[in-house]
Amino acid sequence: MTSSGKTPLYQDHIDAGARMVDFHGWLMPIFYSSILDESKSVRENVGMFDISHMGEVEVKGENAFALLQNLTSNDLGAIEQGQAQYTALLNENGGILDDLLVYKISEERFFLCLNSSNTESDVNWIADQALQYPDVEVRNLSRHYGMISIQGPNSEPLLKLLTRRDLSKIGYYHFVVTLVGGHSVLLARTGYTGEDGFEIFCEWRETGSLWKQARARGKSFGLKLIGLGARDILRLEMGYSLHGADISAETTPYEAGLGWIVKIDKPGGFIGCNALKKQREAGVKRALVGIEMIGRGIPRGGYPILSGGARVGEITSGAMSPTLGKAVGLGYAPPELAEAGTPLAVDIRGKMVEAVVKPKPFVSARVKKPALPG
Amino acid sequence: MKFPEDLRFSKGHEWVSVAGDVATIGITDFAQDELGDIVFVEAPEIGATLTQGEAFGVAESVKTVSDVYCPVAGEVVEINSGLVDKPELVNKSPYQDGWMIKVKISDLSALDELMSAKEYENYVLKSK
Repeated sequence: MTSSGKTPLYQDHIDAGARMVDFHGWLMPIFYSSILDESKSVRENVGMFDISHMGEVEVKGENAFALLQNLTSNDLGAIEQGQAQYTALLNENGGILDDLLVYKISEERFFLCLNSSNTESDVNWIADQALQYPDVEVRNLSRHYGMISIQGPNSEPLLKLLTRRDLSKIGYYHFVVTLVGGHSVLLARTGYTGEDGFEIFCEWRETGSLWKQARARGKSFGLKLIGLGARDILRLEMGYSLHGADISAETTPYEAGLGWIVKIDKPGGFIGCNALKKQREAGVKRALVGIEMIGRGIPRGGYPILSGGARVGEITSGAMSPTLGKAVGLGYAPPELAEAGTPLAVDIRGKMVEAVVKPKPFVSARVKKPALPG
Repeated sequence: MKFPEDLRFSKGHEWVSVAGDVATIGITDFAQDELGDIVFVEAPEIGATLTQGEAFGVAESVKTVSDVYCPVAGEVVEINSGLVDKPELVNKSPYQDGWMIKVKISDLSALDELMSAKEYENYVLKSK
């Protein structure tokens, strides 16, 4: 393993007093002040995240669309230029190699945002598949783009101070290429928190300037810097899956409750499609469920899920939700135990603690709803 | 970061305050700062017998689960029930309101193995 990577904001984090951790080879802030306070700021006000560790890949050429249609489970034909789509890269068994966003820049040019820990293997996978498609170029631009996420109900008012672009015209899962803080960026109304917010892709060397400008402008709003700890809690409260914890190459979108990003009858099919068709006919044997603790204790990844005293599944992630004041988690259980209201228990360090199946999300999303014309 | 002079400290970042043969035990300012927001504290039953160095409970922060070890052998005579609803007291007041258990010490000589405030401060600085 080579030494840990540093984002363009590494020194800014140190200067801000962040607690740094090694996150899949990247030195990232886990928190600045308090994970609980940071989570609350995003729900109630506005927070800013450095997510420059995320992978960015450009796929372009005459056959870029055909390649990506074959590689991803969602229907890329359903989005227009200027839109983003949540989708998954699957293996032949329908297992999730990664979940990602695809940004349609033009008919022949797409931009992918990938999980940092999977970027290298994703790029190899995409490049291997691309060999069958003439005139497609796959470029890993992960070290060329930094990424800043601004999330929370005050994200639009804050961002207004940094751009002349009319932000009210950018709908959820839409993006524009525009100037923010004097830098040319890809500005998308997306996020991983369930709040209204924006993700900004900018040149690696300009990321620091953008970060400092947003911090200065954010002072009047009480903008907080948010670490990976709060990011994980915010996404968990929304029931969003984390690859490597809740989803992996061993789980399929149907098992993970991500059937909505599988367009099984997409023209021409896609890798993993046949396996998923079979699974859909046979029915899944496990389902990713939301779990809320009734007894005292916090479910954590790897803790057994029990029903009638017997082990029926496993927690994949869990935390104390600051928004709810309750401990919640995600985990796999047999489909007959996946119904909301089903009583379960979690084995917390040898103690059987009462829990119940809850519908996801645990906290209602307040993202900006689509899609604004003009 | 506080290192009160009247306390003894373990390498596992627990503190001990002794009155007669009863030790009050908690985690140090350094430990709570490292863990971040404490959201759950698991304590033993009153009457439980602990050996020196035995894990007696758990301090769970938002991100991690951390065992808490008993620096002295003895019997648990009291637990801080205030931490059930307010685990954040461990962060806010690690040496006072955030204490975890009281133990009737079975062997007072074990206290000699613990560090003074000055020694613990040096130990923390070195581990940083």
